[in-house]
Amino acid sequence: MNSRIRLVAFNTFREAVRDRVLYNLIAFAVLMSVAAILVGQISIDVERLVVVNLGLTAVSLFGVVIAIFIGIGLVSKEIERRTLYTVLSRPVRRWEFVVGKFLGLTGTLVVNTFFMAIGVFLALLYVAHKFERADYSVLAALYFIVLEFVIVCALALFFSSFSTPIMSAVFTFALFAVGSLAEDLRAFAKAATGFTSLIATALTHVVPNFAAFNVINQAAHGDAIPARLILYNTLYAVLYSAMAISGAVLIFQRRNLK
Amino acid sequence: MTDTGRVTWIAAAVLLGAMAGGALVQNASDAVRLSGQDQHELYVSSPNVLRRLCLGYTGLMADIYWTRAVQYFGYQHHRQSGDFRLLAPLLQVTTQLDPHMLPPYQFGANFLAQQPPNGAGLPGEALSLLQYGIQNNPDQWRLYYNLGFVYFTEFKDYAKAANAFALGAKLPVTNEFMPVLAARMAQHAGEFDTSRMLWYTAYESSKDPRVRQNAVDHLLALRVDEDVTRLEELVLKFRQRTGHNPANMGDLERAGFIRGAPVDPNGKPYRMTTDGRIEVQDPKAIPYITKGLSHPVADSPLRPSL
Amino acid sequence: MPAIEILDLEKSYTVGFWRGREKQALRPLRLTIEQGEVFGFLGPNGAGKTTTLKLLMGLVSPSRGTARILGMGVDNPRVRAQIGFLPEQPYFYDYLTAEELLNYYAQLSGLTFKDRATRVAAITDRVGLTEAAKTPLRKFSKGMLQRVGLAQAILHEPKVVFLDEPMSGLDPMGRREVRELIQQLRSEGKTVFFSTHILSDAEALCDRVGIIHEGELRGVGAVAQLTARSQGKVEIIFCATSVPAGLTSLGAEARVNGEMVNAVVPESRQEEAMEILRHARLRIVSLNPVRASLEEYYLEALRPAESRMGAGA
Repeated sequence: MNSRIRLVAFNTFREAVRDRVLYNLIAFAVLMSVAAILVGQISIDVERLVVVNLGLTAVSLFGVVIAIFIGIGLVSKEIERRTLYTVLSRPVRRWEFVVGKFLGLTGTLVVNTFFMAIGVFLALLYVAHKFERADYSVLAALYFIVLEFVIVCALALFFSSFSTPIMSAVFTFALFAVGSLAEDLRAFAKAATGFTSLIATALTHVVPNFAAFNVINQAAHGDAIPARLILYNTLYAVLYSAMAISGAVLIFQRRNLK
Repeated sequence: MTDTGRVTWIAAAVLLGAMAGGALVQNASDAVRLSGQDQHELYVSSPNVLRRLCLGYTGLMADIYWTRAVQYFGYQHHRQSGDFRLLAPLLQVTTQLDPHMLPPYQFGANFLAQQPPNGAGLPGEALSLLQYGIQNNPDQWRLYYNLGFVYFTEFKDYAKAANAFALGAKLPVTNEFMPVLAARMAQHAGEFDTSRMLWYTAYESSKDPRVRQNAVDHLLALRVDEDVTRLEELVLKFRQRTGHNPANMGDLERAGFIRGAPVDPNGKPYRMTTDGRIEVQDPKAIPYITKGLSHPVADSPLRPSL
Repeated sequence: MPAIEILDLEKSYTVGFWRGREKQALRPLRLTIEQGEVFGFLGPNGAGKTTTLKLLMGLVSPSRGTARILGMGVDNPRVRAQIGFLPEQPYFYDYLTAEELLNYYAQLSGLTFKDRATRVAAITDRVGLTEAAKTPLRKFSKGMLQRVGLAQAILHEPKVVFLDEPMSGLDPMGRREVRELIQQLRSEGKTVFFSTHILSDAEALCDRVGIIHEGELRGVGAVAQLTARSQGKVEIIFCATSVPAGLTSLGAEARVNGEMVNAVVPESRQEEAMEILRHARLRIVSLNPVRASLEEYYLEALRPAESRMGAGA
């Protein structure tokens, strides 16, 4: 890989690690432990269900919030605070900078998720006392959650390329909310007519479809996750991120830094 | 081309390509997801929990669930699966979130009550849904109409149907057919005219295109049933007069019983079988007909004529 | 090949959301700087100095015109391996130490692994940050940050160095060090382009200066020529115990030092002054031209166009 991209990515990762990430891991660990202990009071069958549902939902929500805030902090704030002047006056190309930031950011989230996942599995072990075959679907659910984060990072970066830190955070979160209801948007687009249908259909191609990535309930019930779905979701995450990042590159190329 | 220019072209190409690719993958992914996973379509099945979860935006949530209910029904209907087990819960959640939304009640009256493959075959659920609706919207004549309709078509309970129509007829704002329907329930329940009036009122009572189309389909089926019944009566008359069955439609025509070849609503002529029954040429094209269908053993060449 | 060529570079912004007034930050600028030159870019705050630098760094794109550094267009990334930039009041990544930052920047500038360690150590030493090298940057004072800024600007031995207000935030000691640094850079054959509003620094360091005001270049030239072009004065030292009446009426400023008088008269009145002194039979000790200070030239260049004289490149 291009060494400059790697440098920017590693530097981004270093900043995130030193800055914020650790605190949320502690909070998460506390939450998981408390939940696991409380859940131990309920009957046996439901324990696993609750731990998986609660744990994965927490990983997903925490992660999205972190992705948004770190993403915004690492890019939008950097652009605002002029730390970029001395970086961009070096042989780094603007697109390399954007891609490097993206990789560093997603790297941070993958590591973050890894540690949170350990928390979930430990809580699961605590309530169920052993691992079962069905726990593979928890791994698949976690993988999908990571894919969701990749998309959110790409979005955060996209908005950072032209917007202020606060507005970037708002837009990214709004798109996450709409994306979670993307299935309904698609249903609406099919049912609507004329101009509304046109707008709705256009939106469904632009808004990320997060519903496809949410298999938390299935993992909680121990259902197997189809391999084709894993492939498609991976493809979709890659394609969507590519879309958002190339948008960010296009905008950032032209941007006049104040 | 400058460095910037080249990057711009590549980034633009990636953006468009990724967008197109993403759309394709989404469609492919649908096939995998929806086939196996529709039992989890409901996400949250308790309306109370849902009401709290959506932080008071119950209206929006109701709209979302209503859209889902319609899409679910359409999808299952298209697949001819006959499996509509989520329809009742979806409609229940919708109406619990927003009891004053009328279309879900009407949708349920039609499509929950009807037998598969065109409905869920759960008239009891349809009744509870409608009763809940009437409780919350006591001045909506359409709901009373729907209630009477379900009693009539699915339960054949003409007394209860008459009661429902009568209550609806008493409302300040109502439809002119309601008192007539109430009256007809008592004596002419089994007649074609009553059914026709019922379905016509169904058509008028709703703006939902699906419900209206359903009513039209039923009206056309009624016409076929009427035609077949009338034609078979004429065949009987012919046999009484001549002592044998007519060989074909032409015999009936020559005997002066009919004028021209009778056709079904799709324009296809009715067929006469060797044992004097009337059949519809293409029954699959006309849903809901109860007459003019061939018997399971009708295609055996050794079957003697009546 | 000139170090920097600026050809009709222009930048305007639209201010205001709806009406969109156009504000011209930089009127068409034409300037050429040769290699090995130390060029001072003078002007009051908001004159367009930083805008020019940002245009040269490719941080901002021009409304019109082009610029080349070492023959390459400024938007060519390869040119940036040969240049160093110190922005005004620089910000750096808080969470890194000085050493880590310089290492990061060194790598971005393409220094090989072997070179990097030695260069970073050398540069840290040169700017006097060796002790603070492992301290996180968020703990640095303004002066220390300025040094880091200088360090990252010259770390990769660029041929052309751009400094935006390099003396700002420094105490006199620090300013002296920066002056020495610039002189060192010049002796190493590097081109230095720096902006400042401290005239004495410009006078001492620069081969040429350019004065910019309200987005427009008001004057460019070698320091000596510019000051000579404006009205000079001559200093006459003569033996006397008081100032002859005639001199004061010429507009002379005179000072009595015991038995000598120092009188400064405008150059144009030099002959008349000499005549008065000869007439009074006063012995003239010396006659020397006094160079007008750059300050006078500067202030004059800043005046609105109608009342200016002798301005222009």
